Amino acid sequence: MTAALDLPVPPQRSRTKAILRWMRRDVRAVLSLSFLLLLLIVSVFAPVLAPYSPIDQDVTQLLLPPSAAHWLGTDDLGRDVLSRLIWGAPNSLYASFLAVGVGVVLGVPIGLLIGFLGGWFDEVTSRFIDALLSFPPIVLAIAVTGALGIGLTNAMLSVGFVFAPVLARLVRAQTLVVKNALYVDAARGFGASTSHIIIKHIVPNAIQPVIVQVTLMLAIALLAEASLSFLSLGVQPPAASWGGMLARAYNYIEIAPEQMYAPGLAILLTALAFNALGESIRVALDPTMKRR
Amino acid sequence: MGKILRLVGRRLWQLLPIIVFATFVVFSLLQLVPGDPAVVLAGDYASEQRIAEIRQLYGLDQPFLVQYGVWLLHALEGNLGRSLLTSESVSQLILYRLPNTLLIAVYALVIAGLVGVALGVAAATRVGTRLDAFITGLASLGVALPSFWLAMILVATLSLGLHWFPTTGAAPLLTDPWSAIMHATLPAVALAVGVIAELARQVRSALIEVLNSQYIRTLRAKGLSSGAVLWKHGLRNISVTLLTLLGLQVNRLFSGAVVIEAVFAIPGVGSLVATSALNKDFPVVQGVVLVLVVIVILINLVVDVLNALLDPRAAEA
Repeated sequence: MTAALDLPVPPQRSRTKAILRWMRRDVRAVLSLSFLLLLLIVSVFAPVLAPYSPIDQDVTQLLLPPSAAHWLGTDDLGRDVLSRLIWGAPNSLYASFLAVGVGVVLGVPIGLLIGFLGGWFDEVTSRFIDALLSFPPIVLAIAVTGALGIGLTNAMLSVGFVFAPVLARLVRAQTLVVKNALYVDAARGFGASTSHIIIKHIVPNAIQPVIVQVTLMLAIALLAEASLSFLSLGVQPPAASWGGMLARAYNYIEIAPEQMYAPGLAILLTALAFNALGESIRVALDPTMKRR
Repeated sequence: MGKILRLVGRRLWQLLPIIVFATFVVFSLLQLVPGDPAVVLAGDYASEQRIAEIRQLYGLDQPFLVQYGVWLLHALEGNLGRSLLTSESVSQLILYRLPNTLLIAVYALVIAGLVGVALGVAAATRVGTRLDAFITGLASLGVALPSFWLAMILVATLSLGLHWFPTTGAAPLLTDPWSAIMHATLPAVALAVGVIAELARQVRSALIEVLNSQYIRTLRAKGLSSGAVLWKHGLRNISVTLLTLLGLQVNRLFSGAVVIEAVFAIPGVGSLVATSALNKDFPVVQGVVLVLVVIVILINLVVDVLNALLDPRAAEA
């Protein structure tokens, strides 16, 4: 009786075991993934979690140090710093994913196309990509933002536009490797269509380095958002952003230097988490590194 | 010498399409602005007559490619237009501010080159030790650290707290070198940290690969001291990689300079491009972007040529 009941258990236990083994082997990935999940939860439930409104000002409570009522103090307009920190999270995540999403949507198809077609089309587009990669990324993003109009969404479209050539070049290189592989030749010999080869062979094989690059780009996008918001080119006041909070804090650095620690730490930890996750994915996907 | 000139000529020829495309991108920036470029360039509250004047002046009634040609010819003559805000000449504005940006960028590159390579070598020669883990961890931290936050912390501690450095501004290097260096030190350190992290990582992995190669094993077996192996063979073999890496960092330095100049109120081209983008002063934005991308492309040319001198194999490519 008990033996019969026990039967379905082993596969389940082995799955939990596998997860536990992964967690023990890659503590860094677990930590960064948990931090990012926490950040996601904070972002979704910001309206519930924030103790105060992020934009309501209170002129009687300016630049207060941390206290029981305001855990991280108040800013120069009497707004609760913790609430602004919490409300900054969804803006940062939105910014990172928007920029990287735009980069993927523009860059990956172009890379696939020029890698697959080759010839003069590849030659010309590749020189154009080289030209785009010669621009200092933040400078180009600022110029495009200025042209499109100041604001978070335009700023992140610009950063995505800067990411696109990086991804296009990466996907192109991967496509070239796979395109000339023997098994693709074989597939073509069996009469596989171009779209079949791209979808079934090239995309799955080219995607791995893209996943790694995309995770690392989330950190770059986050830092870019913070920089652009610091320069008032990103998130517009009174909306909360970590970079914007640092810009305000900097004006009062002599009176209230503690104002700059929380937003800076939030940016640093989130960027660290994206980078650590990217590195862990790289190691997990790379068979030569696994053996080390 | 003739060989070098031939090489420069060939590389310039290869760079030509990239330069043409890059200038085209800079010119096209104005096309991204919603609305009529003539209205945008005329600024707010411009009269109909002024708009018509601007349209004529910039040739905005001409076909797109003709406009580009006219703009490029003007740019080659050093005429980048006038600021919409102050009607100053854009090239004068940039010439006046570029030295301040170059000072902190070059200063940062020197710091980063010395510290980054030292850390990378220290980690690579002690793979798997605690020092290696510490340096690798430090590099991960450096890559994720927002440079302008570090700059703020440096200002709060070293200049406002200890008064070791001036808080903001810049000084001319030629007439007041000591003050210029003191003003540029904190900005350069803040700029350098990201580059140090990147260099330490890359030098570490490049050197590990070289030190694990067959011929290094042979040299060791011959009884060559580990110092001689490292300096004579290890570092010489990664010198091409290192130079290429340093060249690539220029892009990162110019990007970082935008925020760092804002923090330290340095009148450089980085802070100029940020305020001009905010003020919709497009001729200035285009001018700065053009000058910076040309500098980056020329530095890559120099790196290419130096690499060819260091390693004859690179010249063939």
